[in-house]
Amino acid sequence: MGRVNVKNVSRTFQKKEDGSETEALENISFDVEDGEFVCILGPSGCGKTTLLRIAAGLETLSSGEILLNGEKTTDPDPKRGMVFQQYSLFPWRTVIDNITFGLEMQGIGKKEARKRVEKYLELVGLEQFRKSYPHELSGGMQQRAAIARALANEPEVLLMDEPFGALDAQTRNVLQDELLKIWEHKHVTFLFVTHSVDEAVFLSDRIVVMSARPGRVKEIIKVELPRPRSRTSLEANRLRDHVLKLLEEERYTK
Amino acid sequence: MNFEFIKTLRQKSVEVLSVLSVIILWQFTADFIVQNKLKLPSFYDVALSFFSVIESGSIFTDLLVSLLHFGIGIIAAFFIGLPLGIAMGWFKKTSRAVDPIIEVLRPIPPLAWIPFAMAWFGLTHTAAGFVVFVGMIFPIIINTYSGFKNIPKVHVEAAKVLGCTKNLDLIRYVALPSAMPSIISGIRIAMGVGWMCLVAAEMFGVSGDGLGYELWQSFHLHRMNFVLMYMLLLGFLGLFIDSSFRYYVDAKLLRWKAGTVV
Ligand SMILES: Nc1ncnc2c1ncn2[C@@H]1O[C@H](COP(=O)(O)OP(=O)(O)O)[C@@H](O)[C@H]1O
Ligand SMILES: [Mg+2]
Repeated sequence: MGRVNVKNVSRTFQKKEDGSETEALENISFDVEDGEFVCILGPSGCGKTTLLRIAAGLETLSSGEILLNGEKTTDPDPKRGMVFQQYSLFPWRTVIDNITFGLEMQGIGKKEARKRVEKYLELVGLEQFRKSYPHELSGGMQQRAAIARALANEPEVLLMDEPFGALDAQTRNVLQDELLKIWEHKHVTFLFVTHSVDEAVFLSDRIVVMSARPGRVKEIIKVELPRPRSRTSLEANRLRDHVLKLLEEERYTK
Repeated sequence: MNFEFIKTLRQKSVEVLSVLSVIILWQFTADFIVQNKLKLPSFYDVALSFFSVIESGSIFTDLLVSLLHFGIGIIAAFFIGLPLGIAMGWFKKTSRAVDPIIEVLRPIPPLAWIPFAMAWFGLTHTAAGFVVFVGMIFPIIINTYSGFKNIPKVHVEAAKVLGCTKNLDLIRYVALPSAMPSIISGIRIAMGVGWMCLVAAEMFGVSGDGLGYELWQSFHLHRMNFVLMYMLLLGFLGLFIDSSFRYYVDAKLLRWKAGTVV
């Protein structure tokens, strides 16, 4: 079960030096159903990362609250997995030992943990790289491993912050396909941040479009394209046009 | 076996030739140009002195005693410096409390501590070990501290999200391995400084044995070939300690860094 409620979340950053304030998020509210795939889409700097970090418990909020199954998300918790925008694998651990990290933290022995995460290794197609160190992997493989690492904790919601942002278009498409397969396999709620309209339209059940800073919810769009989706269908194009227009408005109102 | 040896010789021909020429040049200069055993003992004299200390067995006692001094210093420096560096790197308050003290003590050359080493510990192995310790502790503290300061935030946060939330666990599973390269290079720097302090401490007669002590004694007895022999011995031993440490560390602790571009 992974129901997420974002309720009137605002976040203002204070600069220590001169006391000046940046309003990153302003009164954000939306709900995510259990098992739903929701993308948060918005221009760079509109507070997407901040919102996700608050949901992960890595960042505090100025007002409002985020709930997972009715519980406040003030501290990090393995129930809320996160895949970061930057490469975040532990470089001193092999791929398999990166994936077992969460289980080891629950007190499960290394041997048993390795056995248990085998299926996640397979799920992301990295069986042959289990003993490789992160620096031996391509960017796409690193993010795959990071996804497996997050999944191994069997989270109820997976928070993903532009996980494919640094990858080339080809790899990005492949990983999007794989991610959808994982989503069908595992009963996990996805909260996926992106600044790519294509990505949002291809992946989500619903898209939360955010306005430029301070981030507000501009519109929530239900994506009713049948799955498996075609990237180039007429309906997809029409939807992309609509979303692009929304984002363009943001550029001009700024 | 023999064949292998010749093969290595051939591969290393330039190195071998270079060393051989220096030895020949040295012998020649000593015998025909300097002609003064106090100013430049020949290679042959030095080799003789080496065999004589092996024959008498004194070299083994001195070696062990020097290693004992070094061992006392490094163990003490490691077990005090590492936790201190960790505490400073992880808890801001500790760093603020300890930093001024370190900044005052650190610029004092370790050898300046020799009088107090003798006053506190007498003419003992501990006294020599203490001087080595003083030389080693600061590089260890400082590199541990800076290794901790440079831990990528995303690794700590990734660990937190994966359920590693206690300070002790974060230090053990994230901070320490991440800072390991910096800590290791601190230990290597410390070993270099410690090795210098060792010889100086022994020369001052902090303890009545050890390579540095023998070196100084030989000087007083005008046996310069022994002095040079002990010098070379200290050099080789230092090299040996450093490369075995490096070998161990690269194979065991820093395997994950092999091939990374730093
Ligand atoms: N820790 C912080 N301190 C100060 N300002 C911050 C901090 N984190 C983010 N911000 C500011 O908040 C705004 C939103 O940032 P972010 O959430 O990273 O945007 P996005 O991920 O959408 O690009 C930016 O203007 C950024 O400078
Ligand atoms: Mg961002």
